[in-house]
Amino acid sequence: MWSSIRTAWTIFLHMFRRRETIQYPEEKPYIPPRWRGRIILSRDPDGGERCVACYLCAVACPVDCISLQATEDEHGRRYPEFFRINFSRCIFCGYCEEACPTYAIQLTTDFEMGEYDRQNLVYEKEDLLIEGPGKYPEYNFYRVAGLAIGGKDKGEAENEAPPVDLKSLLP
Amino acid sequence: MSEIGLALANVFGVLVIVLAVAALLIWVERRLLGLWQDRYGPNRVGPFGLLQVVADMIKILMKEDWVPPFADKAVLVLAPQIIAVVALLAFAVVPIAPGIGVVNMNIGLLFFLAMSSLGVYSLALGGWASNSKYSLLGGFRAAAQLLSYEVFMGLSLMGVVMLAGTFDLRAIVEAQRPLWFIVPQFVGFIVFTIAGIAEMRRLPFDLPEAEAELVAGFHTEYSGFKFGLFFVGEYIGLVLISAMIVTLFLGGWLGPWLPPVVWFVLKTALLIAFFILLRAALPRPRYDQLMAYGWKVMLPLALVNLAVTGAIVVARAPAH
Repeated sequence: MWSSIRTAWTIFLHMFRRRETIQYPEEKPYIPPRWRGRIILSRDPDGGERCVACYLCAVACPVDCISLQATEDEHGRRYPEFFRINFSRCIFCGYCEEACPTYAIQLTTDFEMGEYDRQNLVYEKEDLLIEGPGKYPEYNFYRVAGLAIGGKDKGEAENEAPPVDLKSLLP
Repeated sequence: MSEIGLALANVFGVLVIVLAVAALLIWVERRLLGLWQDRYGPNRVGPFGLLQVVADMIKILMKEDWVPPFADKAVLVLAPQIIAVVALLAFAVVPIAPGIGVVNMNIGLLFFLAMSSLGVYSLALGGWASNSKYSLLGGFRAAAQLLSYEVFMGLSLMGVVMLAGTFDLRAIVEAQRPLWFIVPQFVGFIVFTIAGIAEMRRLPFDLPEAEAELVAGFHTEYSGFKFGLFFVGEYIGLVLISAMIVTLFLGGWLGPWLPPVVWFVLKTALLIAFFILLRAALPRPRYDQLMAYGWKVMLPLALVNLAVTGAIVVARAPAH
């Protein structure tokens, strides 16, 4: 009986404590920079699309919400013809970001993407592509990769030596 | 003619106000629980979240009014009506202030006890008619709990009746003019409060619905309007028991300076807040603990209180 009364008194005193509630729309909670929110496609510092349409994100996705089609431009650069993320399926696990070899697909801190119509949650490439490089400002895949494309031959990438001529005896 | 008009105004006034208060309590309870749990509670819909009541009502009335195919339909529909009607009927005898109140019975207290006893039919029948395990268990618990706590609920009031010398609730209030009965009948007050919480199935004693173990107890299979009736019945019960404690132990409408109605409403509101505080603070006892507590602690206490009060009343009575 005594402990019950003391409990009730303690609870009563909680009336004068500070509220824990964050009044959300007016008052924003702290979002950590590594928050896994709305997915974007970033561009390299030169403004080109980073995505090379390797399908690794689509394979890694546990709910199969990413769909894309690869194609090539006149320089031999691969890029996605379309890139579609169905956010009504996405579980924001971040596996696509982990799988991406070119830092193209990234998760952001934005989570306010409510819609009245489900169809509006299907984001096309125009909706996903952003203007900047996202979390990796300096990185450019084609500049560091050994792959030859139009305008950049073998051995011309950063930190890459020209290929050895196997048919020559000179050092 | 004006007498009939006054009576009608009383009847419908009390009915409307009690129902409105019962609905408002949904909001009050959530806000107060929030207050005591370091959060705000519903505060978005309308000023202070007051229109939450309307939103809740619309939601509950728009729900599908579903009757399970395995249930006994007639009884299932009847059960929630009993509790709401019985709780409202019991309100008829509550003396709110001089001139306000539905009827003035010379057996008002007995009528209140009878009506609160009838409430058990609602729970037991509802649990039985649902024809599912959880409902049945909840119904059984309700029947056992309400019957056990009824015993000393009545007994704890007999001290008040002896002191006042009447069952008439208005006369009982008037008898408290020199001294509120909470002082001479403190034990009776404690016992009646605890029995009242158990009788209205308020939270430390909400074993019939015990959502942690029985899903929702006797109203597991209820939805929509029928569930709403159970809900309203419970909140009317809360108001009723607070009003009865005020009437019997806290001097009813008596009080200085303010008009009688204000005093009655103020005391009742404080008691309601206290019951909600108990809900926020206390855990639910085990079922055997509840039974043991009722029969082994509360019943003897009520009997001792009865005997002592009786002895004092007899000793102080003028010799013939």
